[in-house]
Amino acid sequence: MRKILFRDALNEAMSEEMERDPDVFLMGEEVAEYNGAYKCSVGMLDRFGPKRVIDTPIAELGFAGIGIGAAMVGMKPIVEMMTFNFAILALDQVMNTAAKMRYMSGGQLSCPVVIRGAGGAGGHLGAQHSQSLEAQYVHCPGLKVMMPATPYDAKGMLKTAIRDPDPVIFIESEILYGSEGEVPEEEYTIPMGVADVKREGADCTIITWSRMVHFSLDAAAELAEQGIDVEVVDLRTLRPLDKEAIRKSVKKTNRVVVVEEGWYWASVGSTVADFISRDLFDHLDAPVGRVHQRDIPMPYAYNLEPLSLPNKDNIVEAVKRACYVD
Amino acid sequence: MAELITMLALSPTMDEGTLVEWLKNEGDSVEEGEIIAEIETDKATMEMESFHEGTVLKLLAQKGDAIPVGAPLAIIGEAGEDISDVMAEVENGGGSSAPAPTNGASEPATPAPVQAAPAPTPEAAAPSKPKRADGRVVASPVAKRIASDNGLDIAQIDGSGPGGRIIKRDVEEALKSGGAVARPAFTQSFESVADQEIPLSQMRKTIAKRLTQVWNSTPHFYLTANFDMGKAMSFRKQLNEQLAEAEAGVKVSVNDMIVKASAMAMTRYPKINVSFQGDHLLQHGESHVGVAVAIDGGLITPIVRNADRKTLSQISTEIRELAGRARDKKLKPEEYTGGGFSISNLGMFGIDHFSAIINPPEAAILACGAVQKEPVVDENGELAVGTRMKVTLSCDHRAVDGAVGAEFLIELRRLLENPFLLVV
Repeated sequence: MRKILFRDALNEAMSEEMERDPDVFLMGEEVAEYNGAYKCSVGMLDRFGPKRVIDTPIAELGFAGIGIGAAMVGMKPIVEMMTFNFAILALDQVMNTAAKMRYMSGGQLSCPVVIRGAGGAGGHLGAQHSQSLEAQYVHCPGLKVMMPATPYDAKGMLKTAIRDPDPVIFIESEILYGSEGEVPEEEYTIPMGVADVKREGADCTIITWSRMVHFSLDAAAELAEQGIDVEVVDLRTLRPLDKEAIRKSVKKTNRVVVVEEGWYWASVGSTVADFISRDLFDHLDAPVGRVHQRDIPMPYAYNLEPLSLPNKDNIVEAVKRACYVD
Repeated sequence: MAELITMLALSPTMDEGTLVEWLKNEGDSVEEGEIIAEIETDKATMEMESFHEGTVLKLLAQKGDAIPVGAPLAIIGEAGEDISDVMAEVENGGGSSAPAPTNGASEPATPAPVQAAPAPTPEAAAPSKPKRADGRVVASPVAKRIASDNGLDIAQIDGSGPGGRIIKRDVEEALKSGGAVARPAFTQSFESVADQEIPLSQMRKTIAKRLTQVWNSTPHFYLTANFDMGKAMSFRKQLNEQLAEAEAGVKVSVNDMIVKASAMAMTRYPKINVSFQGDHLLQHGESHVGVAVAIDGGLITPIVRNADRKTLSQISTEIRELAGRARDKKLKPEEYTGGGFSISNLGMFGIDHFSAIINPPEAAILACGAVQKEPVVDENGELAVGTRMKVTLSCDHRAVDGAVGAEFLIELRRLLENPFLLVV
C-alpha cells in the first residue's frame, strides 16, 4: 500500500470531501496563500479557489463565530485553528454556541462544523504553545472530539467529522504531521466513537490516543522483551467514548494503564479511569494506572520537555506496577 | 474467720463459669462489693463481686479454669490468719459436692473438669494464614471473583501483591496447585488434615444442654404462612428515606417491623404470651420480644421489652445496641431473660423458610425467611410478581393449640400487610 504523510492524509480528506460536497469549505489563518501553517492545505487554494479556501485575520473568536454561523445555515465549514492553544480565544463560540444550538433550538438548528488544528507539545515551543487541551472540549456535552494517531486514521476520521451533523473538535498532534503511514487510494471512512486495538496483548491494556499511541507501542515492544504482553487500545474518538472496546480489553487483561499527553487533573484519562473502576470493578486485578504530563506548565528548556511529558520509561514502569512485576 | 468464696450462679442458666481474670492477687485487701474476678458464664462475661471484706489469703483457681457453681474460688480473711481449716474443707470437696478444680484438691472422686494445660484454641490449631491487623482480607476485585467462581476460600490464599494483596496470579496458582486451599464442599482435598478436639465454650455447653432439654420435653408444632410484604417494603423504604432526610441516624429493618408487629399481636392475642409451668400456665402481662442474635461461638436472645409500646425507630436503636453488646458478651442477665416470645430471622442469609426451636420458658418462636420476589396469582387470577416472606411459628403444644397460633398469625399478617398500623 502507498505511504503518505499525516498532513497529506488530512489534505486528501478535506479535498475529497470538498469535491464530494459543495457546502464544504476551509477557513483559518494562513490556510490559503501560505498553504497552511503546518502545510495541511497545500494546493487547495489553487484547486478550489478563494471562495472555498479562505484566509482569515488573526482573530480566533471572530472566524470561529463565522464558521459556526455558516454551519447553522447549512454550510459544512472546516475551521482550522493554527493550534488549539489559540483556540482558547474561540471557546465562547465553541462551547456557548456550537455545542448548544441543537439543544437550545429544540433540534431546529444543527451545527455541522469541524474545528481542527494542531494540539499537544511540538518541541521547544514554551508553556503557552505546548498544551494538550482535549479535556476542555470533552467536558462539554454537545461536542464530539476526535484525535487520530496515524495517517490512515487521520484521513478516515476527518472525512467522518466533516460529514457529521454536529460540531466536531478534531485535534492533530503537532509532532505527528510529518509522520508517515499506509493510506489506501480508495475511499474509506472511520466511524465516530469507535476505538482501535493498535496492538493485541493479554497481560495489560494501555488506553491512549493521539501521539501517546506511539509512545505506548514503543513501551509495549520493550515490555514484550520482558515477557509482558500489552494490548494498546487507541480510543481515536474521545467523545463519544467507545466503552465496549474498553470493556472487551480490560475483561481480557484485568489490568489497565491510561496514558495521556495532557495534565492528569480532571482530564480525559481521569474520566476513563473513573469509568473503568466503576464499570469493570470486578475485573480489575490492580488499581487503574495512569501516565500523564507533569502537573506544571511545559518547560521551555529543551531537555526538560521530554521529562515533563510521558515517555516510554514511565509507561513501562506503570504497566509493570499494574502487573505486579518489580 | 476466713471465708471460702465459691463460684456464684451469675446467670440463671449457668452450671459452671470460666475464670477469665483475677482482679485481686493473694495479699490484696478487698472491700465488700468490690469486684474480685471476671467470670465467663454461658451468656456473658460477668464481674463477680465479693460479699466479704478482708484480705485475699488464697486463690484456688487459675485463669482459664472451668469452675462449677458452688465450687471454691478463693479464701478471704484477716491478713496472716491460719487457713488450714478452710483448706481442709476445700480438700474434702468443700463448698459444694462438686470436686474442687484446683491443684490443691486431693484425689477427687471424679476428674476435675479442668485441663491442666491450657486448652488448644481453634485459632492456634487451625492452619490459618496471617491476616492484616484489622482482620481484612485484601484482594483485588478480579482475584475475589475468580476465587468465588471456583469455590476457593480467598482467606486461605497467600497474597503476593503490595501489602500482601491477593492478586489474580495468586488465585490462579492456588487453583493450579489443586485442592489444598479449596473449600472441601467444592473440591476434593488430597492432603490429610488431622481431626481435632475443640473444647466446648460455656455458651456451646449451655446451648447443647438446653436445646436438648427443650427438644426432648416440648411437643413442638409448626404453622407456616406466606405474608405479602409488598406494602411493608415500600413503607419501610419511604420511612427510611424520611429518616435519612431528617438525619435521624436510624434505619428501620424488616426485622424491626416484625418485632413491633409481633408485640402488637401478642397484646391482642395474649394466649400466645404464656409459659408452661408444669401445673399451671403463666400468663405474661407485658409483651416482651426476644430477638435471636448470632454471636461468635453461638447465639443469644436479647429482649426488647414492651415492644408494642415502642416506636419502630426506638426498637431499631435498641436492637442495634443490644446486639452490639451481645457480640461483645456484655449483656446483663436481665437483658436476655424474661421474654414472652422470640423471633429468629435468617432472611439476610437468603433462607426461604425454616423452623426454630422454642426458647423456654416461652411458648412460641417465629422463624422468618427472606423477603423475596416470587410469582403469585393476584386477585384477578393473573400471574404477577409479588413480594413475599415465609414465616414459621413453632408452638409449645402443652401451652398453645393450633387455632391460637393461627389466630396470632392472622393478626401478625394483618399488621405486616397493612404496615401503617405499626405506627398508629
